[in-house]
Amino acid sequence: MLQKRIIVCLDVRDGKTTKGIKFKGNVDIGDPVQMAEDYYKQGVDELVFYDITASSEKRGIMIDIVRKVAEKIFIPFSVGGGIRTLSDMKQVILAGAEKVSVNSSAVTNPLIISEGAAHFGKQCIVVGMDVEADFSKPSGYGIVINGGRTKVDLDALEWAKKIEKLGAGEIVLNSIDADGTKDGYELKLTRMISESVGIPVVASGGAGNSMHLADVFQKGKADAALIASMVHIDGYTIGGIKEFLNKENISVRI
Amino acid sequence: MNIGIIDYDAGNLKSVEIALNFLGGDYFVSSDPEKLIKSDKLIFPGVGEAYSSMEILRSRSLDNLLKEYFKKGNPILGICLGCQIILESSEERNTKCLGLVPGVSKVFSHDMGLKIPHMGWNQVQSTKEHYIFKDIPNNSSFYFVHSYYPEPDNSDSTIALTDYGISFSSAFSVANLVAVQFHPEKSGPHGLKMLDNFIKQGV
Repeated sequence: MLQKRIIVCLDVRDGKTTKGIKFKGNVDIGDPVQMAEDYYKQGVDELVFYDITASSEKRGIMIDIVRKVAEKIFIPFSVGGGIRTLSDMKQVILAGAEKVSVNSSAVTNPLIISEGAAHFGKQCIVVGMDVEADFSKPSGYGIVINGGRTKVDLDALEWAKKIEKLGAGEIVLNSIDADGTKDGYELKLTRMISESVGIPVVASGGAGNSMHLADVFQKGKADAALIASMVHIDGYTIGGIKEFLNKENISVRI
Repeated sequence: MNIGIIDYDAGNLKSVEIALNFLGGDYFVSSDPEKLIKSDKLIFPGVGEAYSSMEILRSRSLDNLLKEYFKKGNPILGICLGCQIILESSEERNTKCLGLVPGVSKVFSHDMGLKIPHMGWNQVQSTKEHYIFKDIPNNSSFYFVHSYYPEPDNSDSTIALTDYGISFSSAFSVANLVAVQFHPEKSGPHGLKMLDNFIKQGV
């Protein structure tokens, strides 16, 4: 039976892991390569690195980190942030990442999804969606881009279906409303999207305790759950979370 | 005991190389059949699409190399697409494959209520003793990412099964060839152990 995945997300700025709340204010919390190795040893299933470096001149720092991570951890990981072109994708894949994640750039240029899938295989292409409640939209949810700052005229459910059709291998579904609250994932949204597409959906935003992960797997029907501050700051361990999920009869890799 | 890793632009070539390097394996990466034929063992990696991958193999005469190498009887490890392409054909764009082992690669169906690709960690239940599983607990999880699955004609060749809607051969072995659908290079310590078993076999 396919197991539910726990994915740790590391936001990287100028070569350091950083943590921000609702995209406002960031603090550096450690070295991404060292942190990746620690989580690997704890049994994390996958890692995601988001390059939130503001300037494109510093992109080389991220590629260097990807290369170092690939030499130390032997589980899949993806890289996102600032990826706009096939050549951006190629750079991170050649450095050793399994997957690349596009978000805002896919909204402004959806063809990057199909082009990426054709070049690197659909399993390489992850599309991140930043979603917020919007009652003017048919599904009740709309899409925001540029780290939650810009609203665009897209219905979240329609966009998710289009992402699948364009050939993405996976969706990372981030609830802007839940992000940073530690009140739990947006279950209704996660379930709606996960049950409407035929590709895996990774839930993101809102995890504050292990029960939140159990809920998003059982009630939200997520295939994987993204966590960050729970393990970066609040002292949870991957082993501890997995033990809890196991007791809740959720199949995870122990 | 040197290991040749076949370079045919497969997506996981780099990861396989990094893992072998980490394990201290004596390996080289090449697309030159003359060099690869002389290697003691061969790794046939793979992430990609069957049809275009077969075209690349043919254009570099690597299809013939694999057939010849298989006859020679030295150990071969096929990974993911490398495990599918050694069969006779694939439902992926109706591709004629190498035919080292009788069988086909079939597509998973959304009708089974499955998310496709089959992506993530799944348990591998070994059904037969094989050196590749040495010191790896049975039913350990390995990392999978694929939309097609191998179905060798002779079910006796199956050495491990995995459930995803159906139960499929996630590892099979014929003569000195062993093929795995999952990615040992991305399956943590158990995956590294499996690669190490391949490196150390017969040494």
